[in-house]
Amino acid sequence: MNFEEHAAKPLLAAAGISVPEGGVATSADDAAALAQSLGPCVVKAQVPTGKRGKAGGIALVDTGDQAREAAARILGMEIAGLTVKSVLVEQQVPIAKEFYAAVLNDSDSKGPLLLFSSEGGMDIEEIAANHPDKLTRFPVDIRNGIEAGALEQALPPIDGVSGADMAAVLTKLYSAYCANDAELMEINPLVATRDGRIMALDCKFTLDDSAIRRHEELAKTGAPEKLTELEQRGQEIGFKYIELDGNVGVLSNGAGLTMTTMDAVSHYGAEPANFLEIGGHAFVLGKQALEVVLANPRVDALLINFCGAIARTDVMTSGVLEAWDDVDPQVPVFWAISGTGEDDARAMLKEKLGVAPYPTMDDAVKAAVEAVK
Amino acid sequence: MIVRGHESVLVQGITGTQATFWSERMKEYGTKVIGGVNPKKAGTQHLGLPVWGSATDAAAGQDSPIDCSCIIVPPPGVKPAALDALEAGIKKIVILTEHIPVHDTMYFLSAAREAGAQVIGPNTAGIATPGECFVGFMPAFNERVFKPGHIGVISRSGSLGTLVCLNMVQAGFGISAFIGIGGDPVIGTTTRDALQCLDEDPNTQGIALIGEIGGGMEEEAAEYARGMTKPIVSFMAGAASPPGKKMGHAGAIVMGDKGSYAGKKKALEAAGVSVLATPSSLPDVLKERLSG
Repeated sequence: MNFEEHAAKPLLAAAGISVPEGGVATSADDAAALAQSLGPCVVKAQVPTGKRGKAGGIALVDTGDQAREAAARILGMEIAGLTVKSVLVEQQVPIAKEFYAAVLNDSDSKGPLLLFSSEGGMDIEEIAANHPDKLTRFPVDIRNGIEAGALEQALPPIDGVSGADMAAVLTKLYSAYCANDAELMEINPLVATRDGRIMALDCKFTLDDSAIRRHEELAKTGAPEKLTELEQRGQEIGFKYIELDGNVGVLSNGAGLTMTTMDAVSHYGAEPANFLEIGGHAFVLGKQALEVVLANPRVDALLINFCGAIARTDVMTSGVLEAWDDVDPQVPVFWAISGTGEDDARAMLKEKLGVAPYPTMDDAVKAAVEAVK
Repeated sequence: MIVRGHESVLVQGITGTQATFWSERMKEYGTKVIGGVNPKKAGTQHLGLPVWGSATDAAAGQDSPIDCSCIIVPPPGVKPAALDALEAGIKKIVILTEHIPVHDTMYFLSAAREAGAQVIGPNTAGIATPGECFVGFMPAFNERVFKPGHIGVISRSGSLGTLVCLNMVQAGFGISAFIGIGGDPVIGTTTRDALQCLDEDPNTQGIALIGEIGGGMEEEAAEYARGMTKPIVSFMAGAASPPGKKMGHAGAIVMGDKGSYAGKKKALEAAGVSVLATPSSLPDVLKERLSG
């Protein structure tokens, strides 16, 4: 789950990192009022994506009137497909130098990884590509946390800021990451001000979806995912459904097998209409899955590919067949079934629909692709 | 990370619905399941096996150390269960649970590293040694899918791994070992670790490496594959998945170029691995590679 800047920054502040004074406005008048009381400000579009500056979603203003003008322009803007519904109005700070800092879950070291660069103000991909030598990578053992001395030693010399001060701020960032089960907690830019403070001017926070249940209050302040109506329905039912551009509907189990089924559709010359998997504990949702996948009007053929390990193909098949008469599929359906419960699944299919599954996934995919040509 | 029939297996969370179904299958197939753990049902019997209050209690009553633990408990219970297994001295821990907070996973992986234990998963379908035993949610008992033989299979995904084993068996091969490494973003056993294990296994002659877009594990495995003589064929799921979207497995997300299909294919091919467009073509190419 992603968080907008205004919802993420308080987490840094709670860990003791300085952030500029400011507030959120949803109207141009509110933005003007905030700027009036704060003095020279930055007006920033609140959408959970980078590149807001490049898209024109950030403006420097000196007066309330300028803030009103800027907010009126930014509110309602589209940035990366997201509509701006609020702006953050923050006091300008006198920047002396910009840095990059982040802590993230790292699959290589199997633990938290702290990143720091004395080159700030550009995104991490750019830093990694253009200034790899200026990127400090500091893996942390999550059981022990950061040893202050060790981090200070790992940091490069920084103009105008002592290593101890920077290490202290980064340690606070690490504690914000830990306290909030972050997948990523990033400050870009982190700045040294001309009056000697270190401040976070932005914050990007992604909460680990698997940890939402222990951060229910926090999750309420997260940015809702941009979902289509059918994707929303899938989420409410409890499975992952993603709408795509093609016309071959895909109903499968397990993330890997579902992606593979989509790949096969593409390989044999058509495109998938969706990703939908009912593996793991969602394998009892065959009925709802059939309803959702066929509710997409683009679907001209449906491919049902089950291969059972934990997910029993008999249970999934019986779910789909249970919904069959209600849904009354008007498009041709192509089945492939193997693995746990396959004998029972085949028997059910024969009894209910009088058909046998294709011998292999490839056969079923080829037939489905042929049908939509 | 290959499990053998003589190894003792403890099931933490044995009394749950899924765990009951699969513990029974494991026992029938030949896995040496010695019992399970459920703190609320300590002292009772389940499936004719003892239930202990903790792995530490279970270990205390054994003549020899417990070889392997299989963890099937709800997500919040996994971290304490894994630490309990480590405390009990268990060196092979297979974690099937999905949706575990990653910070918990990193915590017990760090503890496992210190204890010298191997964690397989989380979010794995398990490991199987056809003809001997299996640990997890694998239909090892289905002879159309798993027959003993000499092909090692590595997969993040249980369902896709099962399909690949089925394809292999249909083509006349048998399976020496299936290693499900799990779909989570941070896992204990990586593709590279599993590859090294199959490389060192005398019973494995060829390998099917099943990857997925996202992360850097296949690239890392490619480094190891360079030095191998056993033929490797590979399929990577996700070529048709749009970038930036999570396709179920939290690990399967492409950001920029990192973890892309093209990058992985290039790295593996440079290491002499045959990367194929569909899983059904794996057996034929492996046959050629084994005879050539």
